[in-house]
Amino acid sequence: MAATRKTNRVKPAEPDVSAETLKRWYTDMLLIRRFEERAGQMYGMGLIGGFCHLYIGQEAVVVGMQAALQEGDTIVTSYRDHGHMLACGMDPKGVMSELTGRRCGYSHGKGGSMHMFSREKNFFGGHGIVGAQVPIGTGLGFAHRYRDDGRISVTYLGDGAINQGQVYESFNMASLWKLPVVYVVENNRYGMGTSVSRASARTDLYHRGIAYGIQGEQVDGMDVVAAYEAAVEAVEHARAGQGPIILEMLTYRYRGHSMSDPAKYRTKDEVNRMRTEHDPIDHLRQRLLEEHGAGEDDLKQIEKRARDIVAEAAQFAQDCPEPDPSELWTDVLAEA
Amino acid sequence: MASEVLMPALSPTMTEGKIARWVKSVGEPVRAGDVLAEIETDKATMEVEAVDEGVLAKIVIPEGTDHVAVNTPIAVIAENGEDVGEVEAKPRPAPQAKAPQEPPEQKEEPTSPRPATRDGAAAPARPALAEPAEYTGKTVTQTVREALRDAMAEEMRRDETVFLMGEEVAEYQGAYKISQGLLQEFGPRRVIDTPITEQGFAGLGIGAAFAGLRPIVEFMTFNFAMQAMDQLINSAAKTRYMSGGQMSAPIVFRGPNGIASRVAAQHSQCYASWYAHVPGLKVVAPYTGADHKGLLKSAIRDPNPVIFLEHELVYGESFAVPDDPEFLVPIGKARIARAGEHVTITAFSRTVKLALQAAEELEKAGISAEVIDLRSLRPFDVAAVADSVKKTNRIVSVEEGWPFAGIGSEIAAIVMEECFDWLDAPLKRVAGKDVPLPYAANLERLAVPQVEDIVAAAREVAYR
Repeated sequence: MAATRKTNRVKPAEPDVSAETLKRWYTDMLLIRRFEERAGQMYGMGLIGGFCHLYIGQEAVVVGMQAALQEGDTIVTSYRDHGHMLACGMDPKGVMSELTGRRCGYSHGKGGSMHMFSREKNFFGGHGIVGAQVPIGTGLGFAHRYRDDGRISVTYLGDGAINQGQVYESFNMASLWKLPVVYVVENNRYGMGTSVSRASARTDLYHRGIAYGIQGEQVDGMDVVAAYEAAVEAVEHARAGQGPIILEMLTYRYRGHSMSDPAKYRTKDEVNRMRTEHDPIDHLRQRLLEEHGAGEDDLKQIEKRARDIVAEAAQFAQDCPEPDPSELWTDVLAEA
Repeated sequence: MASEVLMPALSPTMTEGKIARWVKSVGEPVRAGDVLAEIETDKATMEVEAVDEGVLAKIVIPEGTDHVAVNTPIAVIAENGEDVGEVEAKPRPAPQAKAPQEPPEQKEEPTSPRPATRDGAAAPARPALAEPAEYTGKTVTQTVREALRDAMAEEMRRDETVFLMGEEVAEYQGAYKISQGLLQEFGPRRVIDTPITEQGFAGLGIGAAFAGLRPIVEFMTFNFAMQAMDQLINSAAKTRYMSGGQMSAPIVFRGPNGIASRVAAQHSQCYASWYAHVPGLKVVAPYTGADHKGLLKSAIRDPNPVIFLEHELVYGESFAVPDDPEFLVPIGKARIARAGEHVTITAFSRTVKLALQAAEELEKAGISAEVIDLRSLRPFDVAAVADSVKKTNRIVSVEEGWPFAGIGSEIAAIVMEECFDWLDAPLKRVAGKDVPLPYAANLERLAVPQVEDIVAAAREVAYR
C-alpha cells in the first residue's frame, strides 16, 4: 500500500441514504444528546461523581461509524465514551446506572463514566488513560486477523491522544502486520483546554499515518451522512485485508472537557456559531423536513421517545441500589 | 407538568454559587440544551443548560444572588401548553445524592480473623490452596532455559489461542535463547517478532487477550517493561474489576528480572515488589527447573494477567524436570526447599540458590536453616511463612531488590500480623543495597546479596 492520502473531503453528503435510515440516525443522535444533557444535569445534582466527559456535539461521528459496522466488529475508545456505548446498542439504563455508581450499571458501579464495557455488544471500553486504548484496539485487530474471522476493530482516539507515543507504536505494528483496524480520530479541536494548533506541529491529523504507509482521510464529522460514507469506505478497506486506515472526523464538543471545565480557552461566539450553524442534529432534522418529506409531528414523536427513554433511564439509575459492600472484593481476579 | 431547575454543582467540590445572569426571561420558550443562566463559582463562570423543554415560567432566585446552595430550586419550567401564570412547580423531594441503601444484609461471614472494614465488608479470607500431589513420574535433566521452552511448546500444542510475541523471539530464537525452535514448530503466525516498542506490544497483547486469545509476551528483560508499565497496571490488572468481571486479560508477561552480570544500573533491577503491589496481577518468580515449567504452564492457563519473573543467571542451571504435559505447579504455593529447625530463610528466584548455600554453611555451625522458596509473590503463601516461623521462631528474608518497601518489608508485616508471639528475634532483611547498581566488579559484589550476608543475618537472629 502506498502512502497515498485523499484530499480533504469536507463535501456535501450524497442524498443516497433512505429517509428511513436517516430517521433512525436522527433517533440515535437525539438519544445521545438527551442522555448527555441529562447526565450533565444529574452531575449537577450530585448524583454522578468524579469525572464526567460529555459527548454533546459529536453525535454524528459514532452514529455514522456504527452504521457501517457488522455484527462482531469490535469497538474501543477513551473516556468520552457514553455516545459510543449508546451507538453500539448498550442499554441506556445500564449506562446511566454506571454513571450513578449503582449495582445495575454495566460494571456494577465499579467502573464509572470512564470505564464501561459490554462483551455482548463487543464494546471493549471506556479507557481512562489518554491514548492507552490505541494499542488495545490494535490488539483487537490482531485477534481478528489471528482468527481470520473477517471482523475489524474500530479504535477511537481524540486530537489529544494523537500525540502519544504509543499511538505511533500501534500505527507501525498495524501497518507492518496489515491489521484490520480503522483508527477514528475525533478531532473536536481541543485536548482538554489546548487547541490542536497549540499542541500539534501539524494540525491535519489524517496525515499522521503517512510515515507508516497508512492512508488517511479528513471527514466532516458534524454531518452524519459524510461520516457514514467515509466509514463505509474505511471499513471495506480494513475488512478487505488492506491494513489499517485513519479517519479524521472534524467535530466539536459543546461542553467543557469535563463537567468542571469553565472553557476559558475558547470564545462563546465560537461555541454558539458551531451550535447554530453546524449542529449535526439540527442539520439532519432540517434535511428530513425539507428533502425527505418528514412531518413535524413525526419528528416530534421521535424527540419525545428519546426524552422518555432518557427519563426512564435516569429514574432507573437513581432507584437502583448501590453495590453490596461485599462487591468490594469481587472481580479482582478470575477463578483459575 | 412543570419542573424545577435546581442550582447545579458544576464541580465535584462546589457547594454554593452566584446567579450571575439570567439568559432567558420569564415567558420565553426553552429547548433542551438552551443556556438558561450563568453561574459564578469560586473558580469560574459557567452556564446552566435546560434539560426539559417548555416555557420559563418563573425565576425563583433573581440574578445577582450570591451563596445559592447547590440543589436549591432556581427556576420553574412549564410544559408547552401549560398556563405559565398558574404554574406552581410541584414540590419535589430534594434529590438524594446518597443512594437508597438496601437494608444491610448481614451475611454469614466466613470465620475470618481479618477485621471488618468500615463499611461492613470483610476482606475475604486468604484462600487455602490444596497441597499439590508429589510428582512421581518421569523426569529429564534440563536447563531452566529448556524447561521454559518446553512449557511454552506444550501449551501451544494444547491450545491454539496461545501465541508468543516479543523482541527477537522468532528468527533470532530469543535474545536469551528461551524460544529456541518455537518458530520452526509453530510458524510466524504464532511466534512473532515485534519491533522494539514495549508499550505498543504490551498493549496490543492485552487487547488480544481481551478478545480471548492467550498471549505470552516476552520482555527481553523486565527493565524494558517499565516502558509498558501503564498498560500492565492500568489496562491488564484493573480491567476485570472495572468491568464488573466482564473483561479479563489472560496474558503472561515473562522475561529475565533482577541482576545480570556487570550490566549496571539500567539493566539490573528486581521488579518483584513493584508488581506484587498490584491487585489484579499474579506474580511468580521460580527457581527450579520443575517450578519454571510447572508455573509457566499454570500461568499460560490462568485467566488473569501473570507477571512471570525469570533470572538470566538461572537460565543455564540444570534440574530434574517432570516430563509430562499435564505437570502443573499451582500459583500461590511456596515450597520448602530445605527443612530446618532454627531459622527460616525466605527467598525467591536466584536467591533460593544463595539461601541453600547459606544453609549449608550454617549447618556447619550447628544452625539448622529452613529455606522457603516463595515461588509466588502474589498471591503470597502466608501460611507457609507463618507455619515455618512458628517452628523456628526466627526469620531472614532475602531478595535482590532494594530494601525499602520490598518483599522483605512485606514479609516483616506478615510476620507481625500472623506470628508475632512466636518470634524470638526481629526479622532481618538481606536485600540489594539502596543504590543504583554499580558497574565496577567490586562495587557490584558489595551491592547484591551474597551467601555470607545471609549467613551473617541468620547467625544474628539466632544469636549464635
